[in-house]
Amino acid sequence: MIEIVNLVKRYKTVKALNGVSFRVENGEMFAYLGPNGSGKTTTIRILTGLTKPTAGDAYLNGCHFERDSLKAKRQCGLVPQVINLDMELTVRENLDLHGRLFQMTSEERRARTDALLEYVELDDQCDRLVNHLSGGMKRRVMVARALLHAPEILFLDEPTVGLDPTIRRRIWSLLKKIQQAGTTIFLTTHYIEEAEFLADRVAFLDFGNIVQLDTPDNLKARIGEWALDKMVDGHMHTQYFPSREGAQAFIDQQQGSFSLRRVNLEDAFLTLTGKKVTADGSVAQVSTDHEPTAALLATGPDGP
Amino acid sequence: MRGWFPIYLREMLILRRKLLRQIASMSVSPILYLIAFGLGMGSDITIHGRSYLEFLIPGLVAMTSMVQAFAIATEINVARFYWGIFEEFQASPLSDPAYVTGEALAGITRAILSVLVVILIAFLSGVRLSYNLFFWLAVILNSFLFASLAIGLAMVVKSHADQSLLTNFVITPMAFLGGTFFPLDKMPIWVQSILKLLPLTPASEAIRASAYGQTPPGFPYLILTVLGCTLFGLAIKLVKKARD
Repeated sequence: MIEIVNLVKRYKTVKALNGVSFRVENGEMFAYLGPNGSGKTTTIRILTGLTKPTAGDAYLNGCHFERDSLKAKRQCGLVPQVINLDMELTVRENLDLHGRLFQMTSEERRARTDALLEYVELDDQCDRLVNHLSGGMKRRVMVARALLHAPEILFLDEPTVGLDPTIRRRIWSLLKKIQQAGTTIFLTTHYIEEAEFLADRVAFLDFGNIVQLDTPDNLKARIGEWALDKMVDGHMHTQYFPSREGAQAFIDQQQGSFSLRRVNLEDAFLTLTGKKVTADGSVAQVSTDHEPTAALLATGPDGP
Repeated sequence: MRGWFPIYLREMLILRRKLLRQIASMSVSPILYLIAFGLGMGSDITIHGRSYLEFLIPGLVAMTSMVQAFAIATEINVARFYWGIFEEFQASPLSDPAYVTGEALAGITRAILSVLVVILIAFLSGVRLSYNLFFWLAVILNSFLFASLAIGLAMVVKSHADQSLLTNFVITPMAFLGGTFFPLDKMPIWVQSILKLLPLTPASEAIRASAYGQTPPGFPYLILTVLGCTLFGLAIKLVKKARD
């Protein structure tokens, strides 16, 4: 379990985290969703001991992240955003050194390395230099390395950034498998579909504040079930409806062509934060076109 | 202190992978200095009743062990800024003293390897010196001191370029002025006073005396030990500070 209490991080004049508090339950896959600079990586860096917070507390399976840092670190695995493998060493050597850092015995290291390389489907690559692997393979080595000491909590910072869709889906399957094995997973991403597909709960992070935190289904339900897109003067205009019938009735009263589809997590993010996360993780302000209909708003923030 | 071994092992695995290149690189400077200063300029010079080559070799040992121990800073910088491995260490249950111990031992190992290269070159040049226990103790203390300094400074610098600047300002002047190429007693008293403050000076003095088969004075060993331990402690503090 991860418990964060009023976590604050200031970098000189910039406030990266603004009193963030939440809890991640055992075995949960929790996604932190937000644009670049929203504080996602800062949170992971603090929880894994890479950055000191300005204020606040965090507990990893009951261990205080600073007062009991070595014990807390033993329970965590980290897959950072940037590939940080030893390029001049082989896959096996990278994993072996990691196991030694976590004080595993030689038998444990050998057995876990073999098992994990098979798990990430890289057992035929164990004696290759990491430098000679593809980007997707390196990512999978990083996942295997983070799991080597059997952590109870796995932190992944943008685990699929820069990967092609096929490899991304492969990593997603791997993460699902890891969660099914009982590991708590804390994931940051700016790929909305990644959070929607993987996470049990999602936190929308914006300028160091959690603006929404709920299951993907509940977050979507807050704005409606159906989305109606229409191009008006070159701009996409989207309206949300609690039911398909309601949307259809609206279309019948209008002229022009519409596209009717189910609401997705991106719609929820756009509407609830007023921002759009682009493919590269940067943020774009969206127009007020992305709003629930008056009828939907009348049903309150929890949706229809 | 548990956990230093993976840090040391990692440096050794990397060193092993490029061992021939490293040995070739370690040989270049001593060979050049030996040709230029020893065989070229110093062939007819005697210092304290010994040939200039006999004077120069212990100086080259002191200088080479300093340079190679300090070079661990470059490896740390590559791990920190280029590969990002330093964060893997920071996220593991590894104490700061264990990290510094692993890197310092790696620096000492590199230094010993480079000293063996110099000894081989000296042997091939016909110079016979005594490589006794005092000699190796001085080499190890000198390497420990400069490896600790390197680790501390590697935590302070913000880029590879900063590291080169530090090498230029710290190591290069010391290499020439720390009793390596000329006896300090030929210099004016006030210059001697300044040069004796350089950490390489007691190392050159101890290494030279023991290489001549004399019982070296204890004071240089004391200075090297105290300074080495101080820099080691400082390196631990700077590693802790580098966390953010």
